[in-house]
Amino acid sequence: MDADKNFLVGVFDDEDAVLKGIKKVRGAGLKIHDVFSPFPVHGIDDALGIKKSRLPIAAFLFGLTGTSLALTMQIWMLGYDWPMIIGGKNFVSLPPFIPVTFELTVLLAALGMVATFMIASNLKPYSWPRQFDVRSTDDKHVMAIDLDLNGKSKAEISQILKDAGASEVNEKNFE
Amino acid sequence: MAHHHAEVQEEHYIFKPETKRKLFMLLIAGVVLFALGLFMAISSEGKHEGGDHHAATNSHQLVASVAQDSVASDSVAATDHHATENPSDKSAEHSDAHAAEHAAPAHGGEHHAAGGHHDETPTWKKRLFSTLWHNNVFFAGLGIIGLFFVAIQYAAQAGWSVGVKRVGLALGSWIPFAGILMLGLYFLTHHDIFHWTHSYLYGEKLADGSVNPGHDEIIDGKAPFFFWPLAGGTFPLFFIVRMVVFFGGWYIFFNVIKKNMLKEDLENTTAYWFKIRGISAWFLIFFAVSSSVAAWDWVMSIDTHWFSTMFGWYVFASWWVTGLATITLIVVLLKNAGYLKIVNSNHLHDLGKFCFAFSIFWTYIWFGQFLLIYYANIPEEVTYFMERMRNSPYSWIFYLNLIVNFVLPFLMLMTRDAKRQLSMLRVVCPIIIIGHWFDFFNMVTPGVMKENGVLGLLEIGTALIFAATFLLVVLGALSKMPLFGKHDPMLQESINHHI
Repeated sequence: MDADKNFLVGVFDDEDAVLKGIKKVRGAGLKIHDVFSPFPVHGIDDALGIKKSRLPIAAFLFGLTGTSLALTMQIWMLGYDWPMIIGGKNFVSLPPFIPVTFELTVLLAALGMVATFMIASNLKPYSWPRQFDVRSTDDKHVMAIDLDLNGKSKAEISQILKDAGASEVNEKNFE
Repeated sequence: MAHHHAEVQEEHYIFKPETKRKLFMLLIAGVVLFALGLFMAISSEGKHEGGDHHAATNSHQLVASVAQDSVASDSVAATDHHATENPSDKSAEHSDAHAAEHAAPAHGGEHHAAGGHHDETPTWKKRLFSTLWHNNVFFAGLGIIGLFFVAIQYAAQAGWSVGVKRVGLALGSWIPFAGILMLGLYFLTHHDIFHWTHSYLYGEKLADGSVNPGHDEIIDGKAPFFFWPLAGGTFPLFFIVRMVVFFGGWYIFFNVIKKNMLKEDLENTTAYWFKIRGISAWFLIFFAVSSSVAAWDWVMSIDTHWFSTMFGWYVFASWWVTGLATITLIVVLLKNAGYLKIVNSNHLHDLGKFCFAFSIFWTYIWFGQFLLIYYANIPEEVTYFMERMRNSPYSWIFYLNLIVNFVLPFLMLMTRDAKRQLSMLRVVCPIIIIGHWFDFFNMVTPGVMKENGVLGLLEIGTALIFAATFLLVVLGALSKMPLFGKHDPMLQESINHHI
């Protein structure tokens, strides 16, 4: 059996139940694949032990790319490729370059961050995210446990999920 | 998430004798530096008067300072083409020299006879007045911002800020002191700080019917802004009324908001919160107008010929980010001393975001003002920046300003962790506060001192005296009330605040 294919899905009725459930399930030594909620739940990242996102680093680097791209572009265009006298200023003068530099920094940081996020969370075009339980987009909190990574039987895992407060436990297999 | 209804202990800040002693030491250090700086300034002046060579230099500088004043008026009245035609930096020197030619004979001749004696004020005295005015404007801003901070918390119905609102309120207790100082300092220093107070500038004709040689068309045009309903050059009634109304208004709002906040401690009702919310909204309207006009009155009018439509925002942005850094720093120090248990890293994160965001906001306003003036290159506008970019110490402060008030806070507070840590905020907040002190130095001093500006012991001593007195008043006020409102309707929300 391969990992990342066969799951047991615990369904929780509200955010309090799922937060308590996470602690119990992890306390019982199970590894949680992921939790899906219809809205952001405060404290769920800490409870799941999710590592800090590296997205800000990507944003910073994309921003830096925008800054250097904008400055290089303007200095080359207006200073060397096609020098023009504008408002009697030097060909290469920093202050008028700042607005463009600012805009390109923000643009590249924003677009780069969105793209990185899309790719990292499997939301890129033509990739369809897996639905463990469609009700996680409505009113249920859904906890997925990988059956092949925990070294416990299906019945044991199911019992742990029920003890942790799941209102129902279903099996979900992906091809 | 579970919203636990937490029971919290009321906290009181104890203004320990040890802290007071430290502040008095700071005050004494300030007085010593102040006295030393003043002595050095006076004695170096005495030497200048002794030798002929130095006396000549001095009078040359006076000519130059008059020349700078008339650069603006020349270029409007007599259309000075030099500055507009030459795009490069040379144009500035050119127009300076050009203006000096015009101004020199006038200075030697009737200008003095007709006018007052303000050019004869010794440099040390101008320097003393300049630094007093600079520091009072700076610290007055911190007081007003304290109240402004409280008001926006109520008007925005903010839930997170229960633990820090009283620190802002305590800053507001400086308002009456700043007001009295501002009024007193105006009457002490006005001829040396505000060029527009000289009566010889007003009126085309003198009393005997001859042409007024000191007449300044531009300043005369602005006369009603200062002197209305009286005639230009008399008593600046409108200006003084504004000063009194602004400080009076801020003080009344401060007292009413404070009174209601403290009443809430005695009665467990949400009525006071709603009442303060309403008062805060009115205060914000009053503040929007008054802070802007105050910036024109107390700072921009020093460079009387010059104007910038961004200036109200610019002074506000500088005051606001300094006030936020001061509130954050006091909260951090209180936490280090074991107070404010209800303030955790989530609240620090919010304060850190405030400091980070409004450092960028200040830079945006700074740049907005600079870019337009730089690009248009209109002589009467660019003189303001030329004065500040060519003469030391303004020139290095000009660039330092951007590094200390933008680059450092921007990079140091960029990450989430930095905003949430006491140790980082403890470093960045003083940088912002000191940085904006320099910012105000460059707003006030060049207009008063022209190219004779000095940043020395006198200025540092005055800043320390103001800082120590300010902290004695603020911490004294903070020790007289609970550190947070135990009946604040937002208390539970603040405790459960999580970002």
